Amino acid sequence: MSEIAQMDLNPRGAVKSESPLAMTRVNVVLAASARDAGVVVREKPFLGHLVLRGRAEDEAFRAGVERVLGLALPLALGPVARDEARGVSLQWMSPDEWLIVVPAGLEFDAEAALRRELTGHYAVMNTSGGQTVLELTGPKVRELLMKCTPYDVHPRAFPVGKGVSSVFAKSSAVIRRVDEERWELVIRRSFADYLYRWILDAAEEFGVFVAAGDASHSTSRAAVRELAAEAR
Amino acid sequence: MLHIYCPHCAETREEEEFRPKGEAHIARPVEPEATSDEDWGNYLFFRKNPRGLHHELWYHAAGCRKFFNVTRDTVSYQIHETYKVGQKPSVTADKGAAK
Amino acid sequence: MSQQNRLGTGGRIDRSRPLRFSFNGQTLEGFAGDTLASALLANGVDVVGRSFKYSRPRGIVAAGAEEPNAIVQLGATEAGQVPNVRATQQALYGGLVAASTNGWPNVDRDLLGVIGSVGGRMMPPGFYYKTFMAPASLWPKYEKYIRKAAGLGRTPKEKDPDIYDHINRHCDVLVIGAGPAGLAAALAAGRSGARVIVCDEQDEMGGSLLDARELVDGRPASAWVASVLAELATLPEVLVLPRTTANGYHDHNFVTLHERRTEHLADLAPSINGRRQVRARMHRVRAGEVILATGTHERPLVFANNDVPGSMVAGAVSTYIRRYAVVPGRRLVLSTANDHAYRAALDWADAGREVVAIVDAREHPEGDLVNEARARNIRIIPGSAVIEANGKKRVTGAQVARIDIGGFKVAGRVETLSCDTIASSGGYSPVVHLAAHTGARPEWRDDILGFVPGKVPGMTPVGGVHGKSAIAEALADGAAAGVAAAQRTGFKVEAPALPKVAKVREGKAAALYQVPHVKPAMRAPKQFVDPQNDVTAAGIELATREGFESIEHVKRYTGMGFGTDQGKLGNINGMAIAARCLKQTIPQTGTTVFRPNYTPITFGAIAGRHCREFFDPRRFTALHAWHVEHGAKFEEVGQWMRPWYFPRGNETMHEAVQRECRAVREGVGILDASTLGKIEIQGKDAREFLNRIYTNAWTKLDVGKCRYGLMCKDDGMVMDDGVTACIGDNHFHMTTTTGGAAAVLDWMELWHQTEWPELEVYFNSVTDHWAAMAINGPNARKLLAELTDDIDLARDNFKFMDMREGTVAGVPARVYRISFTGELSYEINVQANHALHVWKALFEKGEKYGLTPYGTETMHVLRAEKGFIIVGQETDGSMTPEDLGMQWCVGYKKPFSWIGRRALTRPDTKREDRKQLVGLKPLDPQLVLDEGAQIVLEKEIRIPMPMVGHVTSSYYSPNLGHSFALAVVKGGSQRIGQTVYLPMADGRVHAAEVVSPVFLDAEGARQNV
Ligand SMILES: [Zn+2]
Repeated sequence: MSEIAQMDLNPRGAVKSESPLAMTRVNVVLAASARDAGVVVREKPFLGHLVLRGRAEDEAFRAGVERVLGLALPLALGPVARDEARGVSLQWMSPDEWLIVVPAGLEFDAEAALRRELTGHYAVMNTSGGQTVLELTGPKVRELLMKCTPYDVHPRAFPVGKGVSSVFAKSSAVIRRVDEERWELVIRRSFADYLYRWILDAAEEFGVFVAAGDASHSTSRAAVRELAAEAR
Repeated sequence: MLHIYCPHCAETREEEEFRPKGEAHIARPVEPEATSDEDWGNYLFFRKNPRGLHHELWYHAAGCRKFFNVTRDTVSYQIHETYKVGQKPSVTADKGAAK
Repeated sequence: MSQQNRLGTGGRIDRSRPLRFSFNGQTLEGFAGDTLASALLANGVDVVGRSFKYSRPRGIVAAGAEEPNAIVQLGATEAGQVPNVRATQQALYGGLVAASTNGWPNVDRDLLGVIGSVGGRMMPPGFYYKTFMAPASLWPKYEKYIRKAAGLGRTPKEKDPDIYDHINRHCDVLVIGAGPAGLAAALAAGRSGARVIVCDEQDEMGGSLLDARELVDGRPASAWVASVLAELATLPEVLVLPRTTANGYHDHNFVTLHERRTEHLADLAPSINGRRQVRARMHRVRAGEVILATGTHERPLVFANNDVPGSMVAGAVSTYIRRYAVVPGRRLVLSTANDHAYRAALDWADAGREVVAIVDAREHPEGDLVNEARARNIRIIPGSAVIEANGKKRVTGAQVARIDIGGFKVAGRVETLSCDTIASSGGYSPVVHLAAHTGARPEWRDDILGFVPGKVPGMTPVGGVHGKSAIAEALADGAAAGVAAAQRTGFKVEAPALPKVAKVREGKAAALYQVPHVKPAMRAPKQFVDPQNDVTAAGIELATREGFESIEHVKRYTGMGFGTDQGKLGNINGMAIAARCLKQTIPQTGTTVFRPNYTPITFGAIAGRHCREFFDPRRFTALHAWHVEHGAKFEEVGQWMRPWYFPRGNETMHEAVQRECRAVREGVGILDASTLGKIEIQGKDAREFLNRIYTNAWTKLDVGKCRYGLMCKDDGMVMDDGVTACIGDNHFHMTTTTGGAAAVLDWMELWHQTEWPELEVYFNSVTDHWAAMAINGPNARKLLAELTDDIDLARDNFKFMDMREGTVAGVPARVYRISFTGELSYEINVQANHALHVWKALFEKGEKYGLTPYGTETMHVLRAEKGFIIVGQETDGSMTPEDLGMQWCVGYKKPFSWIGRRALTRPDTKREDRKQLVGLKPLDPQLVLDEGAQIVLEKEIRIPMPMVGHVTSSYYSPNLGHSFALAVVKGGSQRIGQTVYLPMADGRVHAAEVVSPVFLDAEGARQNV
């Protein structure tokens, strides 16, 4: 057996999968449409999430990551490296930890590619089942976030592109500012229901709209292969 | 509610993100089995708990998940400096706080 | 009753908007712009409450946060009840319903008043301690009576329908108080582009400018306020918060602001467009710089019967006249020790009512205001003071006499002046409360006869609180501080041009606090220092004579400055009296400090949104919806919601658990084990790390094998346990207890980061990533075989403690052959998004095997039958592996002295009489012992007697056919076969035999099939 176990955890046949929010019921008054809302919430489920660990001071490590992901490894807290078109992002989490998000189903390929390219002391860990992404858009998102996190979300402290992790309500979240009025939260599966309902409740006064989420879908291996091909 | 500079994130963050982990610089004896019962007891149980300058270990639990040291005045709660594990404090009770 | 005290013109009220309200059942009318207090005074309401201890009638004394008497219960509905509202701070709205907090049976006719009038001498300070404390058994009775008499307000009996909120804010400059100094500071800082928050507790911003006599740039001061507010509104980085009290000032410039968003509108928060509005919001502000512009509180003079309604502080009289167009009486006597208070008399005269006299403690009052009073032929009586008020429910006269301040005596004959109002002023105390919250000791300043804030890093006091009360001075002080604060936070700005304000020349104030009486304080009528807590000058004198010398002790003995009052009105007077009695100066005596909250805030605002469904996060597994659909009862484990048991039909919990237990032992059961902590470990030093962190050895564990591990703290006590699998040579999958997951990961990081950074290993939580389903029972293999074609389940190819990768129900899975029940078991782990599919597939195939979902209760029974511990149940941080009989799990020969090893050879951990894990078999086989029950060795119970242990787990087992328990007992491993006793609170004494903790299948045959 090898030193590291690698395993593609996505099913080969058609299987109904459920995002962490599949069970969540909305119980606030929702705005009639996205246009009427100060905050629009949308889940981006089933993405591939990988935790990358390694030595930032190791040039080969940095180069290897860049070859695989096409993104330079961020070396300090600040902007998230991101390729919107390919749906890949790379975020500094700690001096030796990064969060990689790739399109749904590509996490195994991404891990395999990293393992091909990287040497020495590093780790890649799949957390795709344990996390989900919430996208928040609208003119009131910043004010909403102020009700949720003690981190300063003012543009002077939180410019577009930045990502941090902090306290969120009584749990925690990774907070990323994608655009002026577009933010992402990366949240843990077991806290997802709590955080999602908290967000809706806190946003109710601004008018909140839930954009069509895709909390359950059928993954098939073939579909994933297609996605993977597209990405290449 | 302290405002604490994390030397790893290079930002000052709210206390809610951190967990205090007690006195800093408590080194585990290198050869435990050769350590006397008394010395082992001191290592396990005895802490300084000073009034004034204190070096503490903190954990950035909701941030980078790194441990680091904080030199804090236990009376005024003023934080004189924070520094990484393995580094030595530049402000100590002997040297006096840089005002 | 019409608004008899309302002037026809003037004030900042809106006469076009009359508002009806109710006070103590009486319907009254006021205007928009009134406070409840100004409306009550407009209607000539004299008595607004009864005093706390003596039940004396009390009237409105002040116009702001320092009001001690007009504390009301608010609320038109039961759900909307709010206690402890100061009438001076409550905006009037139509339909407002208020009632006096104190007064039983009612304020005008008070039963306790009779006792109070007799009881003056009966109720000295320390009265409650001295009188009611013994016998202790009667205290609940006393307390009930005292509480009712004291009337501290009441909480609503119905659920609060309103919502509350917290918001986190960060700013460069926080300005607290929007009087002249605060507004100038906010304007200066705001223009720099810095992020500025300016808050004020009142409905309208402007502070003292709203009732100033001075013109600002030739116009009323309120016009300048309006122009500043208009400009601040145009600055995008400036936030203006009226009706917002800075209630707490914490470390490193963290300030909480309590904003009342709807309490000026209605009883309960209104909805807008069907959206519920937030009633109160707590702003949690982290400020770079704090500018403290909280102004001053005027001190009343302490004279005899100074609490009779109609006795007010001078500034309040001015505020009511100028701001609310209410003259709170007909004939005024002003008693003062300073020039500033002359405004009250001038405003009174301007309103067309009679000023009987100004009684000035100074021999030669001299100043612009004094001259103006003289010019208007107002009688000024120098070198004198009001020494006593006449009247009961309203002032009827003032007794005036010459006084000798230094000699503390009355120095002339007493003249009685007929009047209905006595305004008094002993000076102006800077509002140092917030600064004191940080621990900064206030500092005395002789020139202003008051304490100013002690030094707080990043805080600048300005205006009145800084000893600069005159408007021109306050404006300049505030503007300079605003510029400087902006600069210190990285913003450049020119000082704003300040408006012209004529300087009012004022003479030096006299230091007068307690006014001497012809009789000694102990025998004179009561001279109140703190009317809210009914603390008198005589009381403070008595306290010092009884030996209380520290002002903190005097405070606690007398109750001065307690409760919601926090010493706003009376503290300085009290300290001055204590200082006089102790023959020392005020700075020598010192001041007590103040705590949050500055004024009372509701629990709603403290709780914010963290209540009801959001009180604590609830964590769910990927299978939660299925559990709900199938009727599970849930148990909270940490924050996790775990199925506790799955009742069928009308089954009781006991019946359900018995059925589930049998199903596992006889057929097959299934448990959602997803909540177990899971930590992925990668790196070439992973094994070495496990060797150091676990008590047992990991060097030789093959890939595809699992091992149970115990973790100790370095004191040798068990902290967690779980199974860890080797899934690659440098790759491990660790499981922890459900509750211990986060702590174990932190623990591993701690050792790696601080002691062994050279080890090449990384950890990450994968608890949420994997869903885990444990199938247990004789039919487990047959069931699993139906769902996998790529895992060889043959007994000898997939052994107990093996791990295999494969596909279950079409989903890639890691299957661990591990067991917490002692049965043939497989734990199927899949990526959580795919878990429900697998779970449902198991049930489709499992029906014919009687697949039974079971919860934590059944799991607990089954593992206890096997003697398997649960960390936190059988352990409590004082159990070593040996205490638990788990020597087999301790690798004494491992080369590295792993965490906990050294401590296991300390004399204390080697003691033979340590508590050790045993089984208990109750002599009555149906009796389920109480968990936590204490164990003794003798049947005859006497007190005291040595306790030798306690029950840690206790159940009835359908598999064993009798009840059983696990327990920890001193020297327990040597007591097998002995009978021990468990005395119960009701007098019964149970007996049980000490047995091995393994009750079932000691040789492990059931899981090795
Ligand atoms: Zn950090």
